[in-house]
Amino acid sequence: MGTRSFLPIAFASLMGVSALAQSPTYGIGRTPTPEEIRAWDISISATGEELPPGRGTAKEGAQAYRAKGCAGCHGAAGVGGSAPLLKSKDPANPNVWARGRILPLRAPFATVVWDYINRGMPLNREGTLTPDEVYALTAYLLFINDVIPEDQVLDAQSLPKVKMPIGDKYASLPEWKPRTPRLKGYPY
Amino acid sequence: MGSKRTARREFLRSSAALAGGFTLGSVAPALGQEPAPHAAHPSPPMIKGDKDEVAYGGRSKYETSVRISHPVGGRPSPDQFGLTFHIATPLQDSVGVITPSSLHYVATTRGAFLPDIDPKEHRLMIHGLVDRPLTFTMEDLKRLPSVTRLHFIECAGNRSSRRAKNVQETHGMTSCAEWTGVLLSTLLKECGLKGSAKWFVAEGAEEVKGASSMPIAKAMDDSIVAYGMNGEAVRPQNGYPLRLMVPGLEGIFHTKYLRRIKIVDQYYMNYNDFGHLDQDAKTAALAYQIGPKSVITQPSGGQQLPGKGFYEISGLAWSGGGAIKQVEVSTDGGKKWNKAEFKGTPQRMAHTRFSYQWNWDGNETELQSRCTDEIGQVQPSREQIAKYWNKPYDATFSVPGLDNSIQPWRIARDGSVTNGNA
Repeated sequence: MGTRSFLPIAFASLMGVSALAQSPTYGIGRTPTPEEIRAWDISISATGEELPPGRGTAKEGAQAYRAKGCAGCHGAAGVGGSAPLLKSKDPANPNVWARGRILPLRAPFATVVWDYINRGMPLNREGTLTPDEVYALTAYLLFINDVIPEDQVLDAQSLPKVKMPIGDKYASLPEWKPRTPRLKGYPY
Repeated sequence: MGSKRTARREFLRSSAALAGGFTLGSVAPALGQEPAPHAAHPSPPMIKGDKDEVAYGGRSKYETSVRISHPVGGRPSPDQFGLTFHIATPLQDSVGVITPSSLHYVATTRGAFLPDIDPKEHRLMIHGLVDRPLTFTMEDLKRLPSVTRLHFIECAGNRSSRRAKNVQETHGMTSCAEWTGVLLSTLLKECGLKGSAKWFVAEGAEEVKGASSMPIAKAMDDSIVAYGMNGEAVRPQNGYPLRLMVPGLEGIFHTKYLRRIKIVDQYYMNYNDFGHLDQDAKTAALAYQIGPKSVITQPSGGQQLPGKGFYEISGLAWSGGGAIKQVEVSTDGGKKWNKAEFKGTPQRMAHTRFSYQWNWDGNETELQSRCTDEIGQVQPSREQIAKYWNKPYDATFSVPGLDNSIQPWRIARDGSVTNGNA
């Protein structure tokens, strides 16, 4: 226990980190290895810097959609299942918000779709999809919602560049500050 | 010795009053009656405690208050397709401000299934825009300076509806517990925040690795990495062994099974955040921090006043903006507002128990409560909210964002209490 607790301090001084206000106070906790961080870091940003290597197309995704049992809950092609819809029933509606709460349609970034599938799907076998399968399934869902063409290859470079139909027509969260009303002037 | 005997006599007296049908508010203690000789009082039957009862005590078999599924009649099969499954607290039976852990509201992704996490194996990793990423064991966290604070958690779906019959159905998706843990700011200072840190992503260890993004200001203000709840370990339904408390934000941000915090420079839209995506900035703001809210729990929908006379009206008030500063109660449908009393000192982002002494004249009326928090936010009526949104105030009106509207309870001449929104 003793050795582990003092390791970060030793590590910090070796690295030449100056002991300003930000130096550790308690010396408790262990420094994770870069591999440990990489293995756990499944949060994908809009710019996609955390995306792993891999690739996939809608055609491969259609196969994976059947092979991984997606159709069992979400329906044969994203409609008609008991789980949330994955394809709009009103795809021609000019108001994107009126097309329904469809993840591969409403998400402002294609990386949101990748992140969601990767961490949350499929039911009871979460975390078992390979990066290739997640790229392929993302491509398939974007394809059936007319967001990308069938032959587009999605990978760590192309995925963050996909233009989502919602564009910038969504609200950013307000800047949060402590001890501040949630909405100025509401409701009076 | 003598005082002990007097105490026992007092106890027997009130027991007799109870047995004589002491009901809500009817002041009928058997004062002045001479207690019968000690030996004449039969003892109650005994409950034989078994080993489990000795090891971890339970409540009386006469206490039957339980949680119910939310919304009313909704989602009877919780374990299919990962649909969120909610269970609501029986606020109508609540006393004080602490919700017993067994009755705390629950929202899960997998219904009755819960992750079975061995605390010896559990780790919290903090990384991203920090000078020193760190991994903490449960043992590590318990060595660090801790805080113990009362905090409510309220689900975004906690809204009154015309169909709801009682306060469990209208407001049961809020609960308040005493939480113990390490301030997230303590851990982040240990890691050393970089200047570019703007947001953080909190992530659970459960099957879907549920994650939410929040402003770094919240992390440094009052967020707690909590391992304790109501004097024991956090219960599995509430995130065992570690839950992130972000006091005053919507329930879903209070990340259960906390395993990772990533410090970032932009808003990450991970998992739970997609559900928060909104078209309108005002609605988005109203679905983030909990507004000032109060509700009368006694008397409330489904309860019965035995007759006219004295009642202590009792209820709960809370706000995501801070401590409750004032609660007012109206016993005439909102015409006149009276200052309520607090039971204890209001705490920041915690249920506060209030009361108001009332003599019911036996006529039909409506009870309401409204609160003001320490930053001046006032709980609105549904009508005021409709006016703000320029919408007609009728039966179809639904409060945008988180519903913190005033809850009216209608008292009929026969003493029955019903939902004033119905």
